[in-house]
Amino acid sequence: MGMDGMEVIAIAVVIGLFYVVLKQFGVWEPLSLEDSCDGELELSMVRHQPEGLDQLQAQTQFTRKELQSLYRGFKNECPSGLVDEETFKSIYSQFFPQGDATTYAHFLFQAFDMDRSGSIRFEDFVIGLSVLLRGSVTEKLRWAFNLYDINKDGYVTKEEMMAIMTSIYDMMGRYTLPSVRDDSPYEHVERFFQKMDRNRDGVVTIDEFIETCQKDENIMASMQLFENVI
Amino acid sequence: MAAGVAAWLPFARAAAIGWMPVANLPMPVAPAEKNRRQDELIILNVSGRRFETWKNTLDRYPDTLLGSSEKEFFYNEETKEYFFDRDPDVFRSVLNFYRTGKLHYPRYECICSYDEELAFFGIISEIIGDCCYEEYKDRKRENAERLLDDQEDKKDAKLPNMTFRETMWRAFENPHTSTMALVFYYVTGFFIAISVITNVVETVPCGTVPNQKEVPCGERYTVAFFCMDTACVMIFTVEYLMRLFAAPSRYRFMRSVMSIIDVVAILPYYIGLVMTDNEDVSGAFVTLRVFRVFRIFKFSRHSQGLRILGYTLKSCASELGFLLFSLTMAIIIFATVMFYAEKGSSSSKFTSIPASFWYTIVTMTTLGYGDMVPKTIAGKIFGSICSLSGVLVIALPVPVIVSNFSRIYHQNQRQDKRRAQKVQKARLARIRIAKTGTSNAFLHSKRNGLFNEALEFTQLPYKMNLSEQSSTEEEQQLTKSTSLLESQHHHLLHCLEKTTNHEFVDEQYYQQSYLEAGLQNYPSRSPSLSSQDGVTGTCCSRRSKKHHTPLQNASTPALMQPLTHKHTHQQGLQELSTIHIRPLSTSRSSLNMRVDEPASLNCQSNQITTAIISIPTPPVTTPDGDLTHQNVVKVSTL
Repeated sequence: MGMDGMEVIAIAVVIGLFYVVLKQFGVWEPLSLEDSCDGELELSMVRHQPEGLDQLQAQTQFTRKELQSLYRGFKNECPSGLVDEETFKSIYSQFFPQGDATTYAHFLFQAFDMDRSGSIRFEDFVIGLSVLLRGSVTEKLRWAFNLYDINKDGYVTKEEMMAIMTSIYDMMGRYTLPSVRDDSPYEHVERFFQKMDRNRDGVVTIDEFIETCQKDENIMASMQLFENVI
Repeated sequence: MAAGVAAWLPFARAAAIGWMPVANLPMPVAPAEKNRRQDELIILNVSGRRFETWKNTLDRYPDTLLGSSEKEFFYNEETKEYFFDRDPDVFRSVLNFYRTGKLHYPRYECICSYDEELAFFGIISEIIGDCCYEEYKDRKRENAERLLDDQEDKKDAKLPNMTFRETMWRAFENPHTSTMALVFYYVTGFFIAISVITNVVETVPCGTVPNQKEVPCGERYTVAFFCMDTACVMIFTVEYLMRLFAAPSRYRFMRSVMSIIDVVAILPYYIGLVMTDNEDVSGAFVTLRVFRVFRIFKFSRHSQGLRILGYTLKSCASELGFLLFSLTMAIIIFATVMFYAEKGSSSSKFTSIPASFWYTIVTMTTLGYGDMVPKTIAGKIFGSICSLSGVLVIALPVPVIVSNFSRIYHQNQRQDKRRAQKVQKARLARIRIAKTGTSNAFLHSKRNGLFNEALEFTQLPYKMNLSEQSSTEEEQQLTKSTSLLESQHHHLLHCLEKTTNHEFVDEQYYQQSYLEAGLQNYPSRSPSLSSQDGVTGTCCSRRSKKHHTPLQNASTPALMQPLTHKHTHQQGLQELSTIHIRPLSTSRSSLNMRVDEPASLNCQSNQITTAIISIPTPPVTTPDGDLTHQNVVKVSTL
């Protein structure tokens, strides 16, 4: 009857307590194996040392002092010597507090990370900067074209340009005047293609790009803008 | 902008080259770095200990002493170093802040000296990193209390010119200030004791009247006890009225706990006087006498410990609540179990679950009266588990209460925690403001920066001279405050604006612009423009922006149309963006854009110039008559 049920439960409880006490004394080893191995080494932070100062001086157009100053800043932010995409995005986003700079930062990251290793080393960083700051206008235009050409096939399609343009407009954020409409990037891309695409084949090649830009005064002027950044 | 990423600003600016081919507008001029010198080491001599760092490191925080030109006051020409006569140990933390961007609070430092150093170097304490902030706040709170306690001790000094009322109040609150107060204090204490003892003795049976059962003393010596009671109540009433009279805020006094106790203590007597010897109400009358025992709480004025105990219990309410809750849960569980376990046994006292509550409580608190005992085996097993768990459940919250008591005994923790929570919110709000301040700083310096450029480049005709006068001083002040780093960052953001042909505005402004009808036609002020064109030889033109003319308070959807209409005008021509600067007062008419005649497009020159057209309040001749504010400044890049 019900009373027996209660007795059974009571005895079950007693056995449970018994087991708990035994476990405490270590008499009854739990069946599961001890897998609390902290011995699993966490992959220690890969530290990357850059090439020597002399090689970098040869590869870039910076002076020794400039390279030193650049490296100090770089190392301060990334002690491990490598910048991964997330860090890069977070750093770049801090300059554009009002908008969302992550997409554009992604494209930038792809442009800087030339060997597609997934992280930017100091060499990549400094070589890219050398082109941007000390290179000829043609080199800079080439770099810009490389940025726009997302799949690096030598052609900039409307889709690629659209992605780039959207990411640039994303950086503006919500609070702009006039307000960014949904088709603002599209219109901008249309205008760009009208200007750049000479033979109207729907893609912009590097030659068309460089040729058109060289003819445009504003673009040429603005390319010189950041000469003395470092 | 965080200091750490200041090093990446050159990179961000260089990467802006990626926008250039896409942009349709000319880019603004980069801020000129006047003294381009290589990064140099600065020696900071703090009381003899030399610290060296790069100048760039210190420049990261331009609003502190070391980051601004204020440090020039400490420059020592002979030794070519900056000498500070301050504590070098604390300076370590200060300098590390510049290096790492995080401010740490060393535990061994005294909070006062640390605060002083921070104040000297112009660093706000809110930016102490999260790792050290708790410690810092705790120490600060303790220190504040110590100061408060010290102040309270000093308060006892008698102030001159106190009114009689104030003297009396002070006498009541601090009995040791005057002899009179002390006497009063002891007298009331004595009478409270008398009253309590009377109440107790009243119920003791004393003596027997022949052929009657024992009567309590109260009924035997009714008159005597009544007189005693009356005397005590007289004293208490007088005391209460005197306190009421002397209280600085009568309303607050009447709401305080002590006064409520006083009232409850003396009220039964008066109610008893009023009520007659009615049979119906005598039962209630007897109940009222119970409240006389509250007189014992009047002792809390006389005993600090009692007050603290009361305060502890109040502040440990959550722990007590938890104790009560867990006990209730356990009681219900075990009562149910015991009831069903004992159901079978004959003559079981466990007649229902509520009846088992009594057993469970008695067992869990280890009282064990023995009036109810389980008889079945199951009942005994569960009963023993019940008593074991009772010990645990009660023992757990008690140390918390004890520690609370000891903590409160030293300081007033609870109130400060609440104050600290408000401060925490305020702190986070301040940090958030500082972070959003960067974007606001950009908008702010847009006006100032463009002032700067404009005034360098343009020769302004007569109308502009007015504005120039007023704005020069302002502009000079402002250029000082923007550091090179900031100006470069703002230039970067400005380039982005130019690339996309949209401007950054702050949220308020954005919402405002969609709420008002700032889109009206104006007669163009072309005479001044054309003369200006002639003077400055600008390259590109102003383009007319024709808008619909909605009503002043049009609804938002209607306003959307005009803006889109404007957009379609921008088709591949050199565009100008008019930057409207919001005036100080948030007037609705601030957004009135100007409509200008299209001038000839002449975009050959690369010169980028700016012009300021300021509209002082009275002479504005616009159809919109409610331009009531001052200084609507429109800056256009031409």
